[in-house]
Amino acid sequence: MARISIENLRQSYYPNPQRDEDWALKRLSLDLADGGAFALLGPSGCGKTTLLNLISGLLKPTEGRILFNDHDVTEATPEQRNIAQVFQFPVIYDTMTVYDNLAFPLRNRGVGEKDVDKKVREIAAMLDLDRTLSKRASGLTADGKQKISLGRGLVRSDVNVIMFDEPLTVIDQHLKWVLRSKLKELHHRIRRTMIYVTHDQTEALTFADQVVVMKDGEIVQIGTPIELFERPKHTFVGHFIGSPGMNVLPCQVAGGRVTFAGNVVEAVNTKAYRGNGKKLELGVRPEFVHFAEKGIPVEIVKVADAGRFRIVETRNSEGKINLLVREGRDIPTQNVRVTFDPGHTQIYEDGWMVN
Amino acid sequence: MSKTVDNKGWFFVLPVVLLVAFNAIIPLMTVVNFSVQETFGDNVFTWAGVQWFQDVLHSDRFHSALGRQLLFTGIILAIEIPLGLAIALTMPRKGPWVSVCLVLMSLPLLIPWNVVGAMWNIMALPDIGLLGKFLNAIGFEYNYTRRPISAWFTIVLMDVWHWTSLVALLCYAGLVSIPDAYYQAARVDGARSWAVFRYIQLPKLRHVLTIAVLLRFMDSFMIYTEAVVLTGGGPGSATTFLSIDLVKTALGQFDLGPAAAMSIIYFLIVLVLSWLFYTLMMRNEET
Repeated sequence: MARISIENLRQSYYPNPQRDEDWALKRLSLDLADGGAFALLGPSGCGKTTLLNLISGLLKPTEGRILFNDHDVTEATPEQRNIAQVFQFPVIYDTMTVYDNLAFPLRNRGVGEKDVDKKVREIAAMLDLDRTLSKRASGLTADGKQKISLGRGLVRSDVNVIMFDEPLTVIDQHLKWVLRSKLKELHHRIRRTMIYVTHDQTEALTFADQVVVMKDGEIVQIGTPIELFERPKHTFVGHFIGSPGMNVLPCQVAGGRVTFAGNVVEAVNTKAYRGNGKKLELGVRPEFVHFAEKGIPVEIVKVADAGRFRIVETRNSEGKINLLVREGRDIPTQNVRVTFDPGHTQIYEDGWMVN
Repeated sequence: MSKTVDNKGWFFVLPVVLLVAFNAIIPLMTVVNFSVQETFGDNVFTWAGVQWFQDVLHSDRFHSALGRQLLFTGIILAIEIPLGLAIALTMPRKGPWVSVCLVLMSLPLLIPWNVVGAMWNIMALPDIGLLGKFLNAIGFEYNYTRRPISAWFTIVLMDVWHWTSLVALLCYAGLVSIPDAYYQAARVDGARSWAVFRYIQLPKLRHVLTIAVLLRFMDSFMIYTEAVVLTGGGPGSATTFLSIDLVKTALGQFDLGPAAAMSIIYFLIVLVLSWLFYTLMMRNEET
């Protein structure tokens, strides 16, 4: 069990990094509380796997320190750090049985056979692998193999942190849901620090208590799923999280009033604006845009059915506005106007939320 | 319902059929033909039945050539497979030395076989050759034209020099294709390097090792050129392997019937042993 602190971490895959783009991770500090469930979320190439491998010790950082419980582990090997990691593609030891695969991390550390047997059977039961224990691991399906990988990650009870690097990539859609709930349940049961890397917002938001959103080697926001949803600190977060993402619209601020396409709009953070930004934008999620009698005139471009909601795409001279309409509610056909919920409308200055 | 027969399709198969016929089937049938007949030239043949096969199978000369052949191939496999694997494991995976290593390793494979024989022949000469002179200077009684042990030592050394690269390059290709995640998982699981070799590298190399064993088995079992150039089968018949014995029978003594029978037996031995190796190494293959 460990609290993980990352101090001024930088990582480059080039021997002599000069430009900003040479850094896979650009000076990053982060504190992960003991026993939490964290997700590193971001698009491909944002540095989330790099960060994970730095924490696990598979990579050595170019600069900076990593501490487990205030103890510097920057130079320690993965084994010394006592971590577990599950990879994107199933890694199994082909020639071994499922049982021996699960026992491998324990036996390598000299655990007695009696304890090995107890742990292996416990984990196998948890992952529904008990019936295949004596089979050769190479004969299993892709998700069976990934369950073995997960099992090897979970079998040691004394690990400091368990890390998952997009572990459900090769899993069938319906099983993804099952395994995700299983992981969540496991976290509740064993209360070990878990870090989950993914580019899938659903996976991140359902698994984690705290989500770390990354972009271009930097942390954009750390927060609970609700914070990320209601108060995205950057337009990128607003856009990346949510389906469809946040509406980001050009706006002007003058004399304490925000205007969008000639209409006065209320935003939560209007007062905080001190007038230094070059590019001003308004962010409002489709969930907080409503049709109204009075408001911003728009025309409807497209209506898409998404089950319990309909996604309505509208447009005016300044941009495109998506809104969600609950099933059963009417969509106006003439004189279409929309309003933004003042409590969930923010202004952004050069991409960052004004505060 | 009538079946549509499109005879034009055969034209597409014809080139392959002709090629295989001319380079394999027809020569083989000629050998079969010779193996059951007696001839004194002038295209006169008399039926001999299985006489030649019986003669060959009961001949001491064939037995000892076969014994030498099995011993030689056994030694070659026992040295080249582990050595090639060991070399592949120590070769660098990235950096500028990769190409240097690959080129150096490929060089012996690019040299014509008779040149290899000639090179080692000269190098091992006890009076002026680098190797021969050196071995004698440090106290070994080394002379590959007189002493069977010396001759065997030289042939084995030459073959190891010539062909270990092939095993090493095959294994290297196999090693490079193992995804990094396996090594990373092994580190996380706390596996020692022996366990990494035993549970990751060796299982992942099974296919290339099978190919390497088969190739080295077949090639060493049919060694001819290098051995003829180096020792000519001597001293006495100490290094007269099956192929050398076969050529002596066919072209030296002009015993075409026994030679043909011997060829077929030889061919069947290679075939059966190759099948055996393949089946043994692939027996636990996943389905």
